[in-house]
Amino acid sequence: MTFTARSSRSRTRHTGAAAVALAAAAALLAGCSSDGTDDGDDPLAGEKAEAGTVVVGSNNFAESTLLADLYGEALRAKGVKVTYKHNIGSRETTYGLMKNGSVTVLPEYNGSLLAYLDAKAEQKSADAVDEAVKAKLDKSLTLLDSSPAENKDSVSVNAATAKKYELTESSTLADLKDIAPDLVIGGSPEFQTRQQGLKGLESVYGLKFKSFKALDAGGPLTQAALAKNTVQAADIFTTDPAIDKEGFVVLKDPENFFGFANVTPLVREGDLSEKAVAALNAVSAKLDTETLRDLDSQVQTDKKDPLDVAKAWLQSEGLI
Amino acid sequence: MNVLNFVDAFFSDSAHWHGYDGIPRRLLEHVQYSLLALGLAAAIGLPVGLLTGHTGRGGNVLAFLATAARALPSFGLLVLIAIALGFNLLPVMIPLVVLAVPPILVTTYEAVRSVDPAPVDAARGMGMRESRVLFQVELPVALPLILSGLRSAAIQIVSTATIAAYVSLGGLGRYIVDGLYQRDYEKVVGGATLVAVLALTTLALFWAAGRFAVSPGVRRR
Repeated sequence: MTFTARSSRSRTRHTGAAAVALAAAAALLAGCSSDGTDDGDDPLAGEKAEAGTVVVGSNNFAESTLLADLYGEALRAKGVKVTYKHNIGSRETTYGLMKNGSVTVLPEYNGSLLAYLDAKAEQKSADAVDEAVKAKLDKSLTLLDSSPAENKDSVSVNAATAKKYELTESSTLADLKDIAPDLVIGGSPEFQTRQQGLKGLESVYGLKFKSFKALDAGGPLTQAALAKNTVQAADIFTTDPAIDKEGFVVLKDPENFFGFANVTPLVREGDLSEKAVAALNAVSAKLDTETLRDLDSQVQTDKKDPLDVAKAWLQSEGLI
Repeated sequence: MNVLNFVDAFFSDSAHWHGYDGIPRRLLEHVQYSLLALGLAAAIGLPVGLLTGHTGRGGNVLAFLATAARALPSFGLLVLIAIALGFNLLPVMIPLVVLAVPPILVTTYEAVRSVDPAPVDAARGMGMRESRVLFQVELPVALPLILSGLRSAAIQIVSTATIAAYVSLGGLGRYIVDGLYQRDYEKVVGGATLVAVLALTTLALFWAAGRFAVSPGVRRR
């Protein structure tokens, strides 16, 4: 009868499905391991910077590349020989390369670097953070001056909400106190439970939101949900080009609840001349959060070459 | 660091049993999403499968469409549609239905097409109209295989409906997604256990439905 044929067919289908599942699991595992264990067999790890050449590195995201280009071109204008190592990886990797001398200059964020070096460190002011970082850094490394430009978490509201409740760029999180019960806030799932999230917003600013929607960490989902008014407020990074594009309003954080993430060059102690250090500090001094967001937007939204964007800005500021 | 410890800790924590993030509420949401998606997929897959199987036409087109639909990554589709259309149930339903239609459609088509032609001819010879031939002769004989298609679709839906949590909706995926982000592995393991239990329950329900609905004459032994 046909039934025997059917059951054998269904069995092949099951083994087929099992094979697919196995292959998928294997691929997943392979993906995980290659992400986590880059340090050991890193092809860059052995190379030392050539004497007299400054190697400017960057982490694997667009803004880091742009910042590296800004600092690198400023050095080049002062006659320093510069080579770039872009998109190296995460801080775990780049910090190691800074320590062994493969990279000379790396754009960093002071508070994030401190959290990496010492997870429990308190962050009271930008200067205190810099001092704390310097104390924790490997002795071959040091920080240059911090820029006013910051890329950190923020609570931002969308244009409609800002209009409705008359919130402007000078509004602070404290102004949200009476409005928060009407607003749905979005953020990554951990925003709901961690101190630097809903809990802290309530204890520091007394904000109690209507409800929370779990999205991603300031990524495309959060941006879309905020733009579509699915959430009225969300955790957005302060240099996110979506802020300008969608008219989001970033609320000021006078209590520094979200800590500090000032752009700060991490450099090898003694590898740069005084002139070079001055050039890097001049760039940091001119850069602020709005400018950085605008430059990010030229790279990420308009898809311009970060090197061209960097050169154009340095020229307009008279830095090269 | 034992998985069973995680399971035990998750289910014995009374905080996991009530409120908007409690197990009953999340389970109910998950069942709702799954039933809705299965209903929609069946509403598309069954009629088309029955019709094409009965006429024997369009098999190649079906096979092509089914393969193409299976190649679409549910997760990518979900995020894409959520960003384009917003964060309601629609972006979740589309990938689930796209996932579930092919098994229903293809098995229904195959089941009806492979019914022994002798009783079909006999039914026509007795003067049955085509619709009666389909519903009274072909359908009862094809039912075991059609149910198996529905079953595999249902199980895929139950396990995949967890992705709804990624675009801020509820369901059991909430525990898995939140747990991973919050490094709360009790939640991850607890959520995954619940999904597995729900999938097994689905399997049991289809077995029972098969015992109940399939005529003893064509039941697989």
